[in-house]
Amino acid sequence: MALTGLDIFKQLPKTNCKDCGMSTCLAFAMALAKGSTELDLCPHVSESAKKFLDIASAPPIRSVIVGVGPNQLTLGGETVLFRHDKTFINQTAIVIKISDTLAPDELDEKIRNINGLSMKRMGQRIGVNAIAITNCSQKPETFKAVVDIVAARAKNLNLILLVENAIALEAVLPGIAAQKPLVGSATANNWQAMVALAKRYAVPLIIKGNGLNDTAALVEKVASEYKELVIDTGMRNTAKVLVALTNIRRLALKKKFRPFGFPTIAFTTAEDPNDEIIQAGVFVAKYASIVILKADEKPYVLPLLTFRMNLYTDPQKPIAVEANLYEIGAVTPESPVYVCTNFSLTYYAVEGEVLNSKIPGYIIAVDTEGTSVLTAWASGRFDAQTITDFVQKSGIAEKVSHRTLVIPGYVAVISGKLQEKSGWNVIVGPQEAVGIPAFAKAYYTKDA
Amino acid sequence: MNLDSIKEKYIGSIHTVTLGATKDQGGTRTNTVTVGGDATLPFLFFEGEQSNKAVVAIEIWDIPPTEWNSVLQDAYADVFSNPVAWAQKAVEFGADLILLRLKGGDPDLGNKTPEQLANVVKDVLAAVGVPLIVIGCGNDEKDNSIMPVIAAVAAGENLLLGMAKNDNYKSIVAAALVHNHKVLTLGTVDINMCKQLNILITELGLAAENILMDPGSCALGYGLEYTYSVMERGRLDALNGNERLAMPVVCNVGHEAWRAKEAIAPEKDFPDWGNQAKRAILWEALTATSLLQAGANIMVMRHPEAIRLFKNNVNELSA
Ligand code: B12
Ligand code: SF4
Repeated sequence: MALTGLDIFKQLPKTNCKDCGMSTCLAFAMALAKGSTELDLCPHVSESAKKFLDIASAPPIRSVIVGVGPNQLTLGGETVLFRHDKTFINQTAIVIKISDTLAPDELDEKIRNINGLSMKRMGQRIGVNAIAITNCSQKPETFKAVVDIVAARAKNLNLILLVENAIALEAVLPGIAAQKPLVGSATANNWQAMVALAKRYAVPLIIKGNGLNDTAALVEKVASEYKELVIDTGMRNTAKVLVALTNIRRLALKKKFRPFGFPTIAFTTAEDPNDEIIQAGVFVAKYASIVILKADEKPYVLPLLTFRMNLYTDPQKPIAVEANLYEIGAVTPESPVYVCTNFSLTYYAVEGEVLNSKIPGYIIAVDTEGTSVLTAWASGRFDAQTITDFVQKSGIAEKVSHRTLVIPGYVAVISGKLQEKSGWNVIVGPQEAVGIPAFAKAYYTKDA
Repeated sequence: MNLDSIKEKYIGSIHTVTLGATKDQGGTRTNTVTVGGDATLPFLFFEGEQSNKAVVAIEIWDIPPTEWNSVLQDAYADVFSNPVAWAQKAVEFGADLILLRLKGGDPDLGNKTPEQLANVVKDVLAAVGVPLIVIGCGNDEKDNSIMPVIAAVAAGENLLLGMAKNDNYKSIVAAALVHNHKVLTLGTVDINMCKQLNILITELGLAAENILMDPGSCALGYGLEYTYSVMERGRLDALNGNERLAMPVVCNVGHEAWRAKEAIAPEKDFPDWGNQAKRAILWEALTATSLLQAGANIMVMRHPEAIRLFKNNVNELSA
């Protein structure tokens, strides 16, 4: 439960010395409860009170780090139930699972494949985040050998070691701990040994319970000793996992229920890769910090990565590119000039197709505050006047010898007015960017 | 720990709406479809009623959709030029409803007369027993002349007629009122505009329980997050007692998902994205299941495999 001002007040020196900048200890306590000041500002709190209050004032969901270097993952740290309340923060990690029973050539192939699961979409690179290795062989030495191979060959991916046998875990950790793999699971049976290992090697640990109540009890035990934890409820039924993860998120945020103030992990169970992605989508939507799956082909993984990207964009600011004049390819004074908006989706759709057309061109991305063609048009940010102003400012007139603009088909209605205002000749292009290559060939190859 | 402590207590729920009418009810459908009634967020059965599962409407056209994706062509090529056969195939593919888009009324796509289009509606009604959603060609002026005729020839069938938009809703609402049909609104992915449109329509005399709404459905990767959040906000508002957003939600995902570049681009142009058919089908399916999580009641879809995936997901989560 969240602390009230009174709870906090009880821990303060009650001297009203004002060193914190507040008139009384009570006022300071109230401000702390609201989160509008920091405990450090009172120089007189006792160590024991500090410890108590630090724990109580910690964020409702802890952030846990997996991995090292530029691709390391931050899990958890979420503050809302719905993205429209503010934003979701740390993207669900998408992780592909492999077994340590793979034959050497299969393993090779798998690793190569998983390394390739990084794709370009809308100017951004999106990809899977980690490889999870299971100890299906049950042999510590096999597990170690496979983990070492994966670590050496999948350098851009984080590691998750799925092993409940503390002896097997102990075999691999000395060599791999520096890479901060997520390890687990610690269960009711093995938790003492697992926690000791995680602590000794400073790696984050999965706590696997059996249903919500059992998981909460286990986490509570472990958390008094170690806090770099990720929660697995042990549940695998999609409908139940959805409810469990929702309850975990609600309890953590609304009730500050500490045992659930950690990132969570979910596992797919479906055999068919299509069904598996759909199942993973449920977990991405409903609060899993990590989703572990088997499907590892691009056409399956791409939609899932895209969904994650959508869900985690900040609703308060559309993703925009700089409003600017862009040169695509080896432009010349004869190159076509395309006009679009500076909404990322719009700009990259157009850029991709201009590239595709193999005819170098200029793109003027008008400042529409990151909105799409029709949204911008409907709200007056993409009309004859705004486009004219931007075209003049862009300096395009000095770069090309012609005076022709190509505008999106969806705003055909502005062509007359734009022509009049800008003094440029206006051609209405296709409605969808996909039409640009065919359009460009028809219009621009003969003169080129 | 007591899980009851985190049950949300909502005071509102989504209207329960039935589409179609059987013989006893004055129509010719062999079955009706009931949607809505949700008293909590999707699939949180522990805290509220959700007695009607989300259903699928399969989209068909009155003219061959020559520009449809090759992956869709593969699934439907033999029926594209015959709306009756197409509707029957849709039922085979598991359609709970048929959404008939009267594209051929478009002045640029054949400009069929309202009477010609009404005949297509009659033929489809005669060929299948599921309830129908009928939407216009998208040209406002033309749709205003089509919808009254459709509403009249299908009197008694309890159709869902669409799309009623902010700047064009009067004639469709009037037609629905006269012949007892229901109306589907189309929003602009803006919660306040959705609300306002619903109010305007009820002010014309159509009961709120006769309205369904499409908040403006975007595809995965193409604004999905806007639709997702508008739907979540609308659903929460409705559960908290806002009657003006208590309409069941229809998402037109087939139309959006199959325009996405990821559904269209061949693998040779985008080796990075892998096999086109696989990713295209999943594009539609994942768009649909994502919006299901945000509170969709009717999903309008196209590809049979994507529909199978969606229905599986609904069943799995409702079990
Ligand atoms: C998401 C969305 C929003 C988001 C904004 C997203 C954003 N950052 O822009 C929000 C919710 C904020 C929004 C608000 C509004 N929206 Co809005 N919105 C949409 C929606 C659903 C998708 C837009 C989108 O992202 N498209 C994807 C991008 C990539 O498309 P695009 O920019 O058009 O680019 C494509 C083509 O135009 C072409 N292209 C682009 N540039 C160029 C250049 C050349 C040379 C060529 C050849 C081609 C080309 O290539 C691209 C890919 O094919 C559409 C409906 C729909 N499904 O399309 C409505 C829509 C655009 N919105 C609409 C409206 C009316 C509005 C509002 C005015 C409504 C309101 N009253 O609240 C407000 C404006 C608010 C404001 N003050 O900004 C209407 C516009 C109607 C019209 N015909 O005028 C639409 C069409 C919905 C509808 N059916 O009524 N909207
Ligand atoms: S500095 Fe500490 S002791 Fe002094 S008034 Fe503030 S809270 Fe009280």
